[in-house]
Amino acid sequence: MTPKIYIPIDSTALSLGAEEVYRAILLESKNRDLEIEIIRNGSRGLFFLEPLVEVETDKGRMAYGPVDISDVPSLFDSEFFIGKPHELCLGLTDEIDWLKKQERLTFARVGITDPLNIKDYEKHDGFNGLKNAIKLEPQLIVKEVTDSGLRGRGGAAFPTGIKWQTVLDTPSEKKYIVCNADEGDSGTYSDRMIMEDDPFVLIEGMIIAGLAVGADMGYIYLRSEYPHALVVLNKAIDIAKENNYLGRNILSTNHNFELEVTRAAGAYICGEETSLLESLEGKRGMVRYKPPLPAIEGLYGKPTVVNNVISLATVPIIMDKGAAYYSDFGMGRSKGTLPIQLAGNLKNTGLIEKAFGITLRELLYDFGGGSATGKAIKAVQVGGPLGAFLPEAQFDTPLAYEKFSEVNAVLGHGGIVAFDTTADMSKLARYSFEFCAIESCGKCTPCRIGSTRGMEVIDKIKSGKDQEKNIKLLRDLGDTMVDGSLCAMGGMTPFPVISALNFFPEDFGVDKKETSA
Amino acid sequence: MTLTEIQIKKIEQHASNFQDTPGALLPLMHAIQDDLGYVPEGSYPIISKAYNLSIAEIHGFVTFYHHFRTHPAGKNVLQVCRAESCQAMGSEEIELYCKDTLGIDYHETTDDNLITLEPIYCLGNCACSPAVMINDNVIGRVSKKKIDDIIRMAKENS
Repeated sequence: MTPKIYIPIDSTALSLGAEEVYRAILLESKNRDLEIEIIRNGSRGLFFLEPLVEVETDKGRMAYGPVDISDVPSLFDSEFFIGKPHELCLGLTDEIDWLKKQERLTFARVGITDPLNIKDYEKHDGFNGLKNAIKLEPQLIVKEVTDSGLRGRGGAAFPTGIKWQTVLDTPSEKKYIVCNADEGDSGTYSDRMIMEDDPFVLIEGMIIAGLAVGADMGYIYLRSEYPHALVVLNKAIDIAKENNYLGRNILSTNHNFELEVTRAAGAYICGEETSLLESLEGKRGMVRYKPPLPAIEGLYGKPTVVNNVISLATVPIIMDKGAAYYSDFGMGRSKGTLPIQLAGNLKNTGLIEKAFGITLRELLYDFGGGSATGKAIKAVQVGGPLGAFLPEAQFDTPLAYEKFSEVNAVLGHGGIVAFDTTADMSKLARYSFEFCAIESCGKCTPCRIGSTRGMEVIDKIKSGKDQEKNIKLLRDLGDTMVDGSLCAMGGMTPFPVISALNFFPEDFGVDKKETSA
Repeated sequence: MTLTEIQIKKIEQHASNFQDTPGALLPLMHAIQDDLGYVPEGSYPIISKAYNLSIAEIHGFVTFYHHFRTHPAGKNVLQVCRAESCQAMGSEEIELYCKDTLGIDYHETTDDNLITLEPIYCLGNCACSPAVMINDNVIGRVSKKKIDDIIRMAKENS
């Protein structure tokens, strides 16, 4: 039997040299006159072990990593291609603790399949959800999604089924499905992984959304910082069309669904749904007033579902295995699983899909292995640049939307960025304002002006000028931005700032007692 | 900077390609930038006429988006991630090193036209911070040495 070798084509794996490893393995096999089959799979998400090369054996896939091109000759010497031992051998991939402890539902296929092999996708339960949904009345699809308890994974956590219900109930001759793939939050990469490593699951989710609400046109609004995902998505859409999953008369029914990718252009604000719609319409991405909700008046004034990549990519498994299967995972009103992304200063970074309820501490230490630098973890920022900083005292908070609200934090898109003791929290707080000033659309004053004033006030506090007065001013500014901004950009920028001030006053050069609100 | 005949022809062609596309400005500006390397201000009157938009509207659109540039970039574009995850892994030092080594600030191009330096806010490579992107290639766990390699390779390839 020809040895089967898997080498990832995910862009993080590529950023660590997976392409060079692929070329080296190909060359080495030719030099040794050895016939091998190489499959470019997605990444398993164990980025601390990438480039992770896998070999098929009769017991399952054997993993080797992280592989450097200099390891390739010795791997061949020890006959890794038939699963033999080598110092880089990690054992069977499925038995790696990091992976074994996860509950992979949305990411069930990621890293296992060749992202653009539609037969491989079908073989691993792909399109089962669509095949079930296409037989159902729209209302029954919406009911299934509502019953699953799925909430918007982009960050706002709004119940997906309720959004869909509104679009379904709004009569219109034209409706749209828009996928928000403008994953701009630092520390997040789960959308990118789905799009690069299992693009058909997103396509399937969008078709099901179209069936559910009566839309026949979909757009994926993809950030320009993801050139690799752009190529993969466009290829996947073409392949899906050739196989009658997209276009006219899907699966020989009378349902139609067209799908297009629109490249964004580097504006963080366009991750906000109304700004995204403006941008898709070919305008500046200025945030719209709500109401009307996009579900009623969205793209070109038509009822529009705007969902995040992960929300849409989770729909197929719900339609395949049922709402009850999905909602059995999780805790309280946070049902199902969350693809968590470990980032920043951690020893073991990568993607962990787990049921809601796991604590930050378990993630940071059991999975993350502590900081990469070996110093203590001082703080983590969860949910991107608009998420609060959490100090060590809050590390026992379970990952659930309500639990995070209780400590004035947000779960957002599930990205966790860790900082060690060398981090200066006042600098990070100032950066939050700076980022807001750079990325604000400028429509509302608290965000547009408040962000710049915020930087100035922090500078004054740090220089020791009228500290008490300026701390009060900073808190007032925070309240104004939270209460007076049009959207989350200005409305949440104070979260990281005020949490940094509350938990790390010494970094601002002030005593704890002086900072109290 | 006046446009060449060829540039004008290209812009007119792109403008006509997207005439029937809803939300045309976004794909149109990408097409122009992909082709010419930037969106010249000289393209505004052409687009204005084809799409019945004011020059102010087009200027407002182009300048809203960080991705679009109105001046040519160098042969290579080096984007350094400034976001939190990269900060947690020392990106500030990388930023300074790039600026020092190249002798330029952000949004500037080296005198030999080899490299344009840009800040970027997240490449989605946060599991391997700090990250940079050279043209369309993301590089993870960047060190000063890797920056040297990137610059050296840019020189060799040009």
